[in-house]
Amino acid sequence: MARKLMKGCEAIAEAAVRAGCRFFAGYPITPQNEIPEYFARRLPEVGGVFVQGESEVASVNMVYGAAAAGTRSMTSSSSPGIALKSEGISYCAAARIPMVYANISRGGPGVGAIQPAQQDYFQATKASGNGGFEMLVLAPSTVQEAVDLTYAAFDYADRDRNPVLLLADGVIGTMMEPVELPPMKTDEEVAAIKASKSGWACIGHKLDYANRSWIAPGQWDTAIMQKQNEEAAAVYASWKKDLQVEEYQIEDAEVVIAAYGICARIGKSVVDICRAAGKKVGLIRPITVHPFPYSSFDKINYDVCKAVLDVEMSIPAQLVQDVELGVKGRCPIETCLCSGGNIMSREAVLEAVDAILAK
Amino acid sequence: MEKIYSRTLTIQENKVSGFCPGCMHSTVIKLIGEAIDELGVIDKSVAITGIGCCGLHMDYIAYDNITAPHGRACAVATGIKRTSPDSLVFTYQGDGDFASIGLAESVSAANRGENFTVIFINNGIYGMTGGQMAPTTLLGMKATTAPKGRNAEEHGYPMHVCELLDQLTAPHYLERVSCNTPQNVIKTKNAIKKAFKYQLEGKGFSLVEIVTSCPTNWGLDPLDALDFIEQKMLPEYPLGVVRDKK
Ligand SMILES: Cc1ncc(C[n+]2csc(CCOP(=O)(O)OP(=O)(O)O)c2C)c(N)n1
Ligand code: SF4
Ligand SMILES: [Mg+2]
Repeated sequence: MARKLMKGCEAIAEAAVRAGCRFFAGYPITPQNEIPEYFARRLPEVGGVFVQGESEVASVNMVYGAAAAGTRSMTSSSSPGIALKSEGISYCAAARIPMVYANISRGGPGVGAIQPAQQDYFQATKASGNGGFEMLVLAPSTVQEAVDLTYAAFDYADRDRNPVLLLADGVIGTMMEPVELPPMKTDEEVAAIKASKSGWACIGHKLDYANRSWIAPGQWDTAIMQKQNEEAAAVYASWKKDLQVEEYQIEDAEVVIAAYGICARIGKSVVDICRAAGKKVGLIRPITVHPFPYSSFDKINYDVCKAVLDVEMSIPAQLVQDVELGVKGRCPIETCLCSGGNIMSREAVLEAVDAILAK
Repeated sequence: MEKIYSRTLTIQENKVSGFCPGCMHSTVIKLIGEAIDELGVIDKSVAITGIGCCGLHMDYIAYDNITAPHGRACAVATGIKRTSPDSLVFTYQGDGDFASIGLAESVSAANRGENFTVIFINNGIYGMTGGQMAPTTLLGMKATTAPKGRNAEEHGYPMHVCELLDQLTAPHYLERVSCNTPQNVIKTKNAIKKAFKYQLEGKGFSLVEIVTSCPTNWGLDPLDALDFIEQKMLPEYPLGVVRDKK
């Protein structure tokens, strides 16, 4: 199939359209403006609807409504805007409304920096809103992977009736790479997906007291509320089968780099450089950062591994806490960090690897 | 014997209303139900319920319902109506919900001329949370967070939602009504029906502001609350059509 040179944000938007997304609402924020701009051009061509919301809060709630009406729907933002969306995401999770959203994350906290960062890890994986709900969180490290994960995200969302988060950093969102785009769902397929939700979708139903649509992100009755949470927890527990991780040359590694997103890509190039020089270095790259592939760390040979090197664009480090849960004290953990919009340098990672090997 | 009045089908049998005695929320819910019934649109009706005492009706209505986060009903309605344009979509919101926390979503949807209807319940107070001050609380009126009564220097003046929205070009129909007398109840129902008809004709944004009582948090019995509406609320919130593009 022909490959096309595309910017990450635009490729994500096109992948969503091809997956059948027919509603997008968003609010401008760098470095993800190309996503709403692309949808504004593209959705009318396929009979979809684009709305520029008056805020991130409004946008996510428009998506809550559109998705509750049965349409595959998406929103996107970057870090400070994602924080504002947490209210609507929590409502979608509570009411079990399938939707997809992307965080093209930038430096923080506060308004932070418009340059790329990975400082929203805890927010993305542990508490994206009130109430302790969970989501599949997918972290691409190439534009192609961003396309493939966006396309799959809509199926996961519909399967689980739950939000799915694409956690991409500003590098993935703004760089251009050749991509192979997934097939475009036909109008009939898109209509069939929508029709499959008509039983619960909030669009109007024939008079039938027991079988109207009642989208309830909360309950007056605490017993019903607990049952709702137990049902959601059972869905979360089923995600072990959806774990995605790249384990690269870890069997004999004396240093194992742990990184996701753009840092993992840089880390992988470090592995290749080191291996060419005869240094035994490997990489664990979570693709689903929630749920987290803790068991990959059981495959490290701790008789030879001197340390796991956590590489992330966040100060203080965040991913490292999940790495610790995976390593379980079997070897030391070192970090190589940058933050505030600075992009991880390969030299810094190489230096950190050499420092461990020299010990 | 000829049957001249019966329960509207859009209200379920054998269910209990959660509202306090004398609360006009329940009157309005009945009127919405009758309007839907008479227009024959139950199979396409969707309510977006705000956060507040408005949520107490969800158990006993018969049409589709979704609860919006506090203040976001107009954004949720936008998403539903834009992707399901044949549905009859209306929000049901209190004054704290629509005019305080949700002001941005409310005014922006009105300004876009979204083709849905807002049923706006102005009881001058936060009912659900126990009588705190709302943007619509009258000057001098006591609230738990304005224990000495609302004063203009500190709290500003009561907000007139219909008149505020009348500054925008897009809205099609804005009317303020009340439920304090039998005549006004009939006018309220007619206003709701008119707003729904405009929506079904694709005319754009409509809002019916209903001046109602909250006997519980006003500290009045239901009958005295009717007098309070007549003597205090209506001079501040005059009834009538504020905009009707027809
Ligand atoms: C984000 C958020 N903030 C605050 C609340 C608490 N709360 C529930 S109802 C309400 C006020 C509702 O007042 P109003 O809209 O006037 O409705 P009424 O009960 O008077 O009909 C508040 C503040 C909430 N549920 N969510
Ligand atoms: S608190 Fe007020 S608004 Fe709420 S149900 Fe009671 S009377 Fe009605
Ligand atoms: Mg109120």
